[in-house]
Amino acid sequence: MGGLQKKKYESGSATNYITRNKARKKLSLSLADFRRLCILKGIYPHEPKHKKKVNKGSTAPRTFYLLKDIRFLLHEPIVGKFREYKIFVRKLRKAYGKAEWGGVERLKENKPVYKLDHIIKERYPTFIDALRDVDDSLSMCFLFSTFARTGKCHVQTIQLCRRLSVEWMNYIISSRSLRKVFLSIKGIYYQAEVLGQTITWIIPYQFAHDHPTDVDYRVMATFTEFYTTLLGFVNFRLYQTLNLVYPPKLDGQGEISLKSEFEEDYALESESYTEKLSALSASLARMVPSAEEEETELDHFPTEGEDLEKMEVREKMEQEQIKQKKFFEGLKFFLNREVPRESLAFVIRCFGGEVSWDKSLCIGSTYDATDETITHHIVDRPSIDKQYINRYYIQPQWVYDSVNAKILLPVEEYFLGVTLPPHLSPFVEETEGDYVPPEKLKLMALQRGEKPQTEEDEEEEEEEEEEEEEDDDDEEDDQSEEEDEANLAEMEDKRSRGKSLSVKVTPGKAKAENRKRAAEEEKAEEKRLAIMMMKKREKYLYDKIMFGKKRNVREANKLAAKRKAHDDASKEDKKKKKKKC
Amino acid sequence: MACRSVARAERVSRGTASINPGLKQFSFPMPCLPIERTRDSDRKPCSQYATSPSWENLAATVSVTSESSLRCLFGIRRQEHLWMSTRQFSAAWSRLLEMGIEHFDAFGSIEPSALSFCLDGFRVSLAPLRVSLVKIWGVMFTLWPVKRVKSRGTSDIRNTVGNIPMEWYKDYPHIGYDLDGKKIFKPIRNKDELDEFLDKMDNPDYWRTVQDKMTGADIRLSDEQVDLVHRLQEGKFGDVNFNEYEPAVDFFSNEVMIHPVTNRPQDKRSFIPSLIEKEKVSKLVHAIKMGWIKPRRPKETTPQYYDLWAKEDPNSILGRHKMHVPAPKMKLPGHEESYNPPPEYLMSEEERLAWEQQDPEDRKLSFLPQKFACLRAVPAYSRFIHERFERCLDLYLCPRQRKMRVNVNPEDLIPKLPKPKDLQPFPTTQSLVYRGHTSLVRSISVSPSGQWLVSGSDDCTVRFWEVSTARCLKTLEVGGAVKGVSWNPNPAVCLVAVSYDDTILLLNPGLGDRLLCTATDQLISSYEEPEEAKDQPVQWAVSEGEGHEQGHRLVLKHPKAVRQVTWHGKGDYLACVMPDNSSNLQVVIHQVSKRRTQNPFRKSKGLVQCVSFHPVRPYFFVATQRYVRVYNLIKQELTKKLMANCKWISSMSVHPAGDNVICGSYDCRLAWFDLDLSTKPYKVLRHHKKALRSVAYHNHYPLFASGSDDGSVIVCHGMVYNDLLQNPLIVPVKVLKGHTITHDLGVLDVTFHPTQPWVFSSGADGTVRLFT
Repeated sequence: MGGLQKKKYESGSATNYITRNKARKKLSLSLADFRRLCILKGIYPHEPKHKKKVNKGSTAPRTFYLLKDIRFLLHEPIVGKFREYKIFVRKLRKAYGKAEWGGVERLKENKPVYKLDHIIKERYPTFIDALRDVDDSLSMCFLFSTFARTGKCHVQTIQLCRRLSVEWMNYIISSRSLRKVFLSIKGIYYQAEVLGQTITWIIPYQFAHDHPTDVDYRVMATFTEFYTTLLGFVNFRLYQTLNLVYPPKLDGQGEISLKSEFEEDYALESESYTEKLSALSASLARMVPSAEEEETELDHFPTEGEDLEKMEVREKMEQEQIKQKKFFEGLKFFLNREVPRESLAFVIRCFGGEVSWDKSLCIGSTYDATDETITHHIVDRPSIDKQYINRYYIQPQWVYDSVNAKILLPVEEYFLGVTLPPHLSPFVEETEGDYVPPEKLKLMALQRGEKPQTEEDEEEEEEEEEEEEEDDDDEEDDQSEEEDEANLAEMEDKRSRGKSLSVKVTPGKAKAENRKRAAEEEKAEEKRLAIMMMKKREKYLYDKIMFGKKRNVREANKLAAKRKAHDDASKEDKKKKKKKC
Repeated sequence: MACRSVARAERVSRGTASINPGLKQFSFPMPCLPIERTRDSDRKPCSQYATSPSWENLAATVSVTSESSLRCLFGIRRQEHLWMSTRQFSAAWSRLLEMGIEHFDAFGSIEPSALSFCLDGFRVSLAPLRVSLVKIWGVMFTLWPVKRVKSRGTSDIRNTVGNIPMEWYKDYPHIGYDLDGKKIFKPIRNKDELDEFLDKMDNPDYWRTVQDKMTGADIRLSDEQVDLVHRLQEGKFGDVNFNEYEPAVDFFSNEVMIHPVTNRPQDKRSFIPSLIEKEKVSKLVHAIKMGWIKPRRPKETTPQYYDLWAKEDPNSILGRHKMHVPAPKMKLPGHEESYNPPPEYLMSEEERLAWEQQDPEDRKLSFLPQKFACLRAVPAYSRFIHERFERCLDLYLCPRQRKMRVNVNPEDLIPKLPKPKDLQPFPTTQSLVYRGHTSLVRSISVSPSGQWLVSGSDDCTVRFWEVSTARCLKTLEVGGAVKGVSWNPNPAVCLVAVSYDDTILLLNPGLGDRLLCTATDQLISSYEEPEEAKDQPVQWAVSEGEGHEQGHRLVLKHPKAVRQVTWHGKGDYLACVMPDNSSNLQVVIHQVSKRRTQNPFRKSKGLVQCVSFHPVRPYFFVATQRYVRVYNLIKQELTKKLMANCKWISSMSVHPAGDNVICGSYDCRLAWFDLDLSTKPYKVLRHHKKALRSVAYHNHYPLFASGSDDGSVIVCHGMVYNDLLQNPLIVPVKVLKGHTITHDLGVLDVTFHPTQPWVFSSGADGTVRLFT
């Protein structure tokens, strides 16, 4: 019985967690620095199981970190740099105050800087780990690269972001790893498969940003600082795997072909090279100059070439994928000036197409609009004056839809001035019971190789079928049930009232027993009874699951109903028009 | 210059020597020579004479007669205390040396502690004696005053007492001592007030006459002195000639001067290149040439990338990474986010309004789906930066947790029960409806033969039915709403107990075998009155006349309203419940053959809901609101108390084998007790949606039924095994519906047919239904 009395909150979960403020004091950092450290080191708060216990009896809302995490932060060399920086700022302020300009210069020269290399290595011990987490960094870098070079962040950061994103796009082009593209109202989503990892990023549309005031750009800048470092190392490694030169260089042919008269007008000498790179129209230089045969094949590198030989033996799937990787090959695109040049050039080049644009639009155009070999001319305006007969004039959505469908879609629906078919998200994978828009069904049929019927026929047929089916079903069911019920009710009434029954024996109908139905009903009843016997906890879970399922069904039905209503309305419109005609 | 008597000096020195005997050790061989005055000042300090210049006796006598002369000797200013620090003392000695006494060189090395000791002696000797002989380092000094050179012709009556309060001399005739040590007598002052006044009046200089405190003499201030006093009183500068307000002359002014401030010609060195600098520069140049000094490299602004994962060693994967929860990826967009979505994904007007009225947190979609005719028309998304920022916040502020998503197939959750088909027989369909009652049918009971059914209703009638045809054979009017009916379970007796108000009627319905009926009548009439009549809580009366014709045999008048009546299995005992919380008379047991009534309980243990006899053993079950108590009637003790875990028990039934009890409660539960297992329910079934009104076991088949306010009767298979190790198997087999709900009441009573797997139910709609 002896021994000291145990005090409360001195062991167990209370000692495993630490509040944010205490952690901050332990590290002797300001809140902003602590925040920055957490961002860089990837430390996130934890939600303790028993919050009140951890909070020492109080129920005040607090953020908790694992004590282990904070101890881990104690050894971080960057913490020292933060402190140095603080001192630096103080000294600088003092020097400014005393107007010691020499001192200011000297201090600025010795400004403490830190590197994040070790943190990246520590957070992502393997390359695949880093690749898995590169989604957010891509989105962020692409966003920052679109910022104007004034105000919100350092110009260097913007330039670095631009450089890294261009490098990334060039890599995706040369590795042919783009899989899906989606034009959303927020921006353009891209999905690529790099070394087996699916990576999705979003690029905003090319407009000047309306910078919101309620966004803390310091936090964003800290993230960007980390992300640029990560992306730089990832890019380096990726370029290395493809045997490409890093930092990227255009290969000899590309460089020659890109030389033009406008070069001096377009950009400063210092920037023209990066601009050329970002034009995305030429292939990159390799570490080991590849054999000439392969060089004729654009963007083909030795490793993959070797693979191709073996690939004949391999599964069909992979072959298909290879095919899909270059299904734009042999097509020559020309971009009109109103279409988003970078996005289209990127996508087309990713799938092996050739692309060019007007010389005055951007550096790096390879051929002119007058080129006779152009197969597709991408235009985003209702009509165009001068049309060549041997090329398709199509809207940009065709490119994206084709990429998602992995086949060259029929161009008729994408001609100029035509109402475009809906652009579907390639990321949705319908499971059973989900609503599938009819366009998707059509697309799937196309992919399977079925020939699409002409629209009107299809629609009409569908309608007829549907109507018939519905009618049949409804009538049968309703009638039979209703009759039975009515008869029974009558009989019962009469019987119960005990009135003089018309003792007339009518020839009885043999009741057609629906065996299937009976069996089903029996099963349903069984299930109902079994559900009654479920334990309380299981019942709760079961109810929850069933509720979710029902909700999904409800939503799918709602969508289907909406679609039907819309189709009906549009059909009526058509009919009216026809009549008018 | 004055020389003083040696004898006196010797006297003093002797005294001093006795004070400092230890000083002898500091005797140095030093020639002591007369100190010559070298400075010219009007205070001639002193002169010293060595008493004997021989080496053996190096005593020097210095005579200083006053403090001031001593100060002068040692260079101590008037304001300072005479107590000298060692440094001052040594400085003083060095001054002495300056005066030309080279022989005292050796003093420099004297230890300071010794000096301070000496000083002590010096101080002691000085204050009271004025003239003292000091022996320092074995050298005797007689301090003697120096005769002051009188500047004026007047006799110098300087008081030598020093700065002391003069009232000490108040009682003496003298006021101090002059330089010669003679008393200075106070001037004869016999002036009284009057004289003073006269003096003031007569003497024109009275106002400028001041008394000298030290001598007591009157001094007439001179004109200059008076002027000085005036000036000081006015706060002016003492010197008349001093001009406080001299015009300020700026040393540097805004006027450009043609001449330099100093007329000093520039140095030559300012024209000649510095050799030192030249040397330095050449050194630097040489270092640069040799490549020792390099220009500062421009700072690398662009980050350097390299193959960070060149060596991926598995050891670098910390334990942290196993604990690390990677951030979930962002949700991929669906069709509704497309710039050109299918029409069904666009919001209708109502949906849009609803969306706008929702809080941004509650919205299912964070944006409004929109359709654009062409890509060129798509504007910038205004919340793009917001969304990225929110993602950033999520990444570093959100706690991450691994949530175990229960990926269960809902079908797996459903328990695997034996199929109801295999558990047949049980009632499945409603086959007969017994109509006739006009109000709630509270209670029904089946005859032991299974041929007849009795029902009691709130319309104050008891009806007897033939089970197989649903025909009402008999209708008996009784005096009140019938609360309970119960057919005597003894097949040899044809007797029905009916309870209404505070009465229990024992009826002989006269149905079935005539022999049986007459035998019953005989049995009742054969009762003989015992000799000594006990007074009983209940009055037994034999009904006669009209009642007898109707079938009434015995009438038991109770003190309170009777709610339930139930027979013992043998058919002789009858228990009835009169629920009343306050009294102990809630349950009574009647013995029909002896027409006796017992009140088995002395104390009330709560509101009794229902009672039941054990089918085989002499046990008696009493259900109060929350507990079921099992009493042994023979031992007259409580054997068990079953806790029902429900709020309010409504009904109870005992399994024909006697080891299991079911309790229905008003909070929708049915509790199955296995008496061998525990006093807590073996299983609690929540099958009904509303309060249970009645539960019943089948006599032979493993079935039990429960009727509830939701209008349904649920029949369950409840198999009890003889093997004690095997728990009862409970499977619901059928939900029977038929009764309509009236006044929120559905089924009021259920009972099984004694032999067939049929169940009867009576409802609030005034019907009794048979399910087969």
